[in-house]
Amino acid sequence: MAGNSTEYIKHHLTNLTYGELPAGYERADGTVMAESSWTLAQTSQEAADMGFMALHLDSLGWSIGLGALIMFLFWRAAKKATTGIPTGFQNFVEILVEFVDNTVKEGFHGRNPIVAPLSLTIFCWVFMMNLMDLVPVDIIPKLFELGFSLAGGDPHHAYMKIVPSTDPNITMGLSLTVFAMMIYYSIRVKGIGGFMGELTLHPFNVKNPFIQALFVPVNFFLESIALIAKPISLALRLFGNMYAGEMIFILIALLFSAGLALGLLGGVLQWAWAVFHILVITLQAFIFMMLTIVYLSMAHEDH
Amino acid sequence: MNINATLIGQIIAFAVFVWFCMKFVWPPLINAMQERAKKIADGLDAANRAERDLKLAQEKATSQMREAKEQAAQIIEQANKRANQIIDEAKESARQEGERLKVAAQADIEQEVNRAKENLRLQVSTLAVAGASKILETSIDVEKHNALLNKLAEEL
Repeated sequence: MAGNSTEYIKHHLTNLTYGELPAGYERADGTVMAESSWTLAQTSQEAADMGFMALHLDSLGWSIGLGALIMFLFWRAAKKATTGIPTGFQNFVEILVEFVDNTVKEGFHGRNPIVAPLSLTIFCWVFMMNLMDLVPVDIIPKLFELGFSLAGGDPHHAYMKIVPSTDPNITMGLSLTVFAMMIYYSIRVKGIGGFMGELTLHPFNVKNPFIQALFVPVNFFLESIALIAKPISLALRLFGNMYAGEMIFILIALLFSAGLALGLLGGVLQWAWAVFHILVITLQAFIFMMLTIVYLSMAHEDH
Repeated sequence: MNINATLIGQIIAFAVFVWFCMKFVWPPLINAMQERAKKIADGLDAANRAERDLKLAQEKATSQMREAKEQAAQIIEQANKRANQIIDEAKESARQEGERLKVAAQADIEQEVNRAKENLRLQVSTLAVAGASKILETSIDVEKHNALLNKLAEEL
């Protein structure tokens, strides 16, 4: 049971990884790669050995699929948008748009047409990715295993993580894009000199230029850490919350294989945790959007 | 839980979605919403204006009505005055006419009296002569006593 549980958890935490294995690599099933080629990882060890040139097909697939779904729905609503009385889905989309628009107006004081659509995309996309957490943990992986074995694969290698935001690649992808925009707009608004000044002349600032020169490295060190901490905290906050949430779902799911009484308890716990998680996923999506707005607003502020 | 090219894939997907949202989703929706907000504001404005117009029209109507009433009252008063005037004038002219008629009648009467007197005077001599001749049983020479008779007649 213990080994089984560990395997179950590990299986749930491994991504479906597609990457390149070098020639001469001994795979988990004992075969040796004749030449380097792209293949699906059979174990998490293989996935790790693939290095940077590997893709998490599940995370990326669900992420792009959900993003495309939401963009398609929004696009349809936008195409049919009337200035008359809005109905049905248009109403819903307009509520979202208005909510995001108000949040941006409150938090962002510059003039940049990209911030509002960016915030809308982040909020809805992150929410959708988080929402996958509420799908019972075993349904889609089991279906995938079934399909995988029907297609001739080993079901033990059929990894499927359906919550993209429990993959640090996904959250880092979002936060690094935001970080790139922060740097870009900082330099565009304040100039390269202004940006460097922001990094080196605070928090220690004195009138005397010689003493200031001494403070520049200290300031640069502190401000760089503060700057780099932004995208990392942004990504890790979302990842950490979702990963922990997913982990608890998996742990509770272990109860299902521990007899009727514990199974029922597990069902109740799953339900309770899911209800609580509705709050978490919405809040995390909102926090990600809000911090993006705040960071970009800071990038636009000229001192 | 490895950092790998998924990161790049996610960055590209993110950029594409943001671009798509900025190009095809956000502008039509926000434009439609702003236009609707403007329409509603215009509608409320128009309603306000209409209300104000209505109030103005009502005030105008009231004032016109009052004016008309005043005018009517004035006209009636004038008419009354005029009628009184006409009546007065008629009375005056009737009185004057009466006066005139009375004067004319008096003149007529006087004339008649004078004429009668004249006739009487003319006939007095004859009557006197006739009377005298009756009394005297003689004829009186008219020419002889003419002077006397004329004197008598003049004394009448």
